[in-house]
Amino acid sequence: MSALPSTAKAVIIGAGIVGNSMAYHLARLGWTNLVQIDKGPLPNPGGSTGHASNFIFPVDHSKEMAALTFDSVAQYKDLGVFTECGGIEVARTQERMQELQRRMTSAKSWGVGDVSIVSPAEVKELVPYIDESVIVGGFYTKGVGVVDSLRAGTLMREKAQEMGALTVGANVEVTGMTVEDGRIKTVHTNSGDIDTEYVVIACGVWSPHLAEMAGAKIPLTPAVHQMMDIGPTPRFADAKGDIEFPIVRDMDTNMYERQHGTGLEIGSYAHRPILYDPDDLPSVEEASLSPTEFPFTPDDFELQLEQSLELMPEIVGDETVGQKYAINGLLSLTPDGMPILGEAPEVQGLWSVAAVWIKEGPGIGRAVAEWMALGQSEIDLHASDIARFYDHQKTREHIKQRTAEGFNKTYGIVHPGEQWASNRGVRVSPYYSRQQELGAQFYEAVGWERPQWYSSNESLLTEYGDRVMPRPAEWESRWWSPIINAEHLAMRDRAGIVDLTAFAVFDVVGPGALDALQQIALRQMDVNVGKVVYTPVLGANGGFKSDLTIMRLGDEQFRVVTGGAHGMADKKWFADRMPADGSAVLTDLTSALTTIGIWGPRARDIVSTLTSADVSHDGFGFGTCRRVEMGPLEVLASRISYVGELGWELYVPMEQGARLWDLLWEAATPHGAVPVGIGVYGTTGRLEKGYRAYGAELESEFTVVEAGMSPPKVKSADFIGKEAYLRHRDEDPAAILCTLTVEDHQGPGGQLRYMMGGEPIVAKDGSSLIDSHGRRSYVTSAGSGPSVGKHLLMSYLPSEQAVVGGELMVEYLGHTYPVTVATVGAQPLFDPKNERILS
Amino acid sequence: MDILVCVKRVPMSGGRFVLTEDGRDIETKRLGFTISPHEECAVEEAVRLVEANGGTVTVLALGVSESAEQIREQMAIGADRGIVLETDGAEWDPQATADAIASAVQRDETFFDLVMFGNESADSSGYQVGIRVAHQLGLPVVAGLKSVSVTDGVVRAERPAGTGKEVFEVPLPAVVTVREGLNLPRYPSVPGRIRAKKKPIVVHEVSRPPARLNKVRLELPADQGKRVEILGHGVEAAPEVVGMFRKIGVIS
Repeated sequence: MSALPSTAKAVIIGAGIVGNSMAYHLARLGWTNLVQIDKGPLPNPGGSTGHASNFIFPVDHSKEMAALTFDSVAQYKDLGVFTECGGIEVARTQERMQELQRRMTSAKSWGVGDVSIVSPAEVKELVPYIDESVIVGGFYTKGVGVVDSLRAGTLMREKAQEMGALTVGANVEVTGMTVEDGRIKTVHTNSGDIDTEYVVIACGVWSPHLAEMAGAKIPLTPAVHQMMDIGPTPRFADAKGDIEFPIVRDMDTNMYERQHGTGLEIGSYAHRPILYDPDDLPSVEEASLSPTEFPFTPDDFELQLEQSLELMPEIVGDETVGQKYAINGLLSLTPDGMPILGEAPEVQGLWSVAAVWIKEGPGIGRAVAEWMALGQSEIDLHASDIARFYDHQKTREHIKQRTAEGFNKTYGIVHPGEQWASNRGVRVSPYYSRQQELGAQFYEAVGWERPQWYSSNESLLTEYGDRVMPRPAEWESRWWSPIINAEHLAMRDRAGIVDLTAFAVFDVVGPGALDALQQIALRQMDVNVGKVVYTPVLGANGGFKSDLTIMRLGDEQFRVVTGGAHGMADKKWFADRMPADGSAVLTDLTSALTTIGIWGPRARDIVSTLTSADVSHDGFGFGTCRRVEMGPLEVLASRISYVGELGWELYVPMEQGARLWDLLWEAATPHGAVPVGIGVYGTTGRLEKGYRAYGAELESEFTVVEAGMSPPKVKSADFIGKEAYLRHRDEDPAAILCTLTVEDHQGPGGQLRYMMGGEPIVAKDGSSLIDSHGRRSYVTSAGSGPSVGKHLLMSYLPSEQAVVGGELMVEYLGHTYPVTVATVGAQPLFDPKNERILS
Repeated sequence: MDILVCVKRVPMSGGRFVLTEDGRDIETKRLGFTISPHEECAVEEAVRLVEANGGTVTVLALGVSESAEQIREQMAIGADRGIVLETDGAEWDPQATADAIASAVQRDETFFDLVMFGNESADSSGYQVGIRVAHQLGLPVVAGLKSVSVTDGVVRAERPAGTGKEVFEVPLPAVVTVREGLNLPRYPSVPGRIRAKKKPIVVHEVSRPPARLNKVRLELPADQGKRVEILGHGVEAAPEVVGMFRKIGVIS
């Protein structure tokens, strides 16, 4: 290996599938002076890549993961290392068969073809050594394949070297990192120091250890998944290659079996979670096999032996077939199950590409390289963004509890609304005890306990009867309650009190604040003090980075308010774009302020009893904010509404929240107001009004025009994404976001079924709807619209289909249901003239 | 015939060892465990003899309670019974070990026709226990064997001597200590593993008599661990690879 240079543009630490992919794609995008190092030898430095099972199932419920996998498969094929073998997810229970239908649904929504639900007999034809009496069916994906990830990584690394862009150092260990003024400066190794502009941590299970050297956190944990190889077996005796039979995922047992040459590999995610500390891994020299191959613990595999014997007795029950190799293999687990990608918020120039599986490795390498070199990736990575974590989510305890809980759900049936059970109660509002008294059903969002609905509102069910749109089927009534819809109706009839404490709030203050925000926001920010601006935030490609509100509290003071879920990522976006001369400073006030919303026709009646300030429509116009006194509290009141009603968001210091709640409660309940949960705030209210949500409707893939959120005028000031945005305004959009109503809910057996999101929208003949950019129509958000009496779906439709009254279908759990295009663009279905908000 | 095979739970090697802080022991928290390759051959041979002649194979280990793990492994390839002479983990010298094993043999309800040992354990390599046990039991013993067969109550035992070999005929009951190369041990099958779980293991606590041999400390040799030698790249490496295969005996 050549000697290491003393300076570099980027040092890539790690030569597994991710590090190699990063090296290649950065080189391809024109970066030179790249240095790649690994403390292990090449070509197999001993990380998770080295012992991976190497198979790829392209179907995923997550759009982001499906896209990254799709891209990875294309890259593996280009490298000539992909062997298609097909894959079958088998079901041992009827409950699993429904989940397999969901897999079919996701396959259709993300465009994975050649998928089908198969019978046990059909499974037997594909996998003759299976005992089909043990299963009730399967989900077959023809495009499943196996890759030589080691070879793929080697080829990619060599290509970067051939381009003259990359120097490689094996057996080079990083001993420390120097950070200066918040930016990475030097990587110290046992072969010398390298001054560098960027560091890429692609170290798999060691990533947290490396990050810590620079003072950053990568919240993952090394964890075991067991693998055993038995063989040779007569069935595969004539094997010409690595794999000729489909891979079987035995979903209900959390196991898989795949041919491996002449033998069979059996893997398990079913054992007790076995987690390791990233600082406690053996060195390359100490490890018997490799640092990520730990000694096998047979006790943890006992049940799995029996279950694999059940499923494949021909091979597993053969006394002449011996167990050759068995390990507790290490892989990386994260608290929410998504990778950890992007620039660490703590240290500029320090990039994380961690917790990545073989199936998405090259795709992530490309995406993060694009992000680094071009400022934006083609595939939206918002769910994997390292900036998403709040402080408490980066603690060892949180990581440990959530990864342990998530591990055994690897092949699990995870309901879209399912809540975590571990490590709850970390962030509670100041009026938490009041909410408990009201029987709040708490759901967690980024650590906050938020009432999804309140049991105290059960009496509303009698009041509203069938208007609460009950759901007879178990699946969509799980993690849901008709009380949500009752709260919705009561709020629209009277008023609702909504806990909004989970907002992320930060102020931008200084003489340079206006300029800084003009650059970031699409909308005009040079507005009067006291104006509230709701604005998209775009990326350079003109797609969505976020949508949020900004209040002008003073000539040099602006308050940004955004949803808690993406709050930290939004904060980093703004913080990265503060002027270098310090003329604008960002301050995080999330934990300093709490917010309660009061909305409904009686909101003004209620609020006017609390304050002597003028809260009439003329006195306190929509889209404005000001400080008012309410009882002994000084409250920042903002007249906007995400539920489409008259009312205000009320901000007070956190320690006064309980008092504000009590004040509101006392004033509001005589007017018939009820506490209203996030079931309404996050879904029913906004669907009826056509309000979009980032991460659902709004992503980098869709433009402002397509989302129907383009204001008539464009401000003259420059902003990120303006050039692309102007282009988009000139073009005809390929797709338009619409709201659809479900016309007939009758499913198989006459049971009424209600969609939950992610389902494909298809034409009446069942054919997929694909726009001119190749994007498929799928439900971005779904939910009840109690005031309009319809179940509502949002979906981007190809422009030619985006016609009010258009008749289409939605595919849900294997059946189609008729839907009608109710609105095109952002036109609200309920109160289309916004009379309530503007009253 | 009823055979007893004695094994010892030892750390798996393959990487560089790390010593405990006081330097007296190997740090085992990240290591797997196994028995010596000599002992693996002993168990395999015992299983074959019983397959051919009928009877039982009992596997005995003196050591920590986790030694049962190693016994289960041997049950997976065919051993029928297990005995753990459970200690507190302290190191036992060969005399004490032999004492305890001999007592266990005498106490056991089964009369063992043949008692087998690996020639030496994989860690301390004392090379004494088998011989001392035989002496205590008053049984004939032959050590260093590469071949064992039994006909009509007589063991035919062979071991290499220079370019030739020595052949012994030993009447049962007898003790033999064998070496790797005796046979090719089988891998356990899954059904074998499943059956092994149900086989009986008896545990007797034993306490160490006052030690006559005390380990002071361990020292790591200078160049321990793995070395990687690149034989070549691409097609040019082929002759080197074939040469290596010949050298290690994979092909002749």
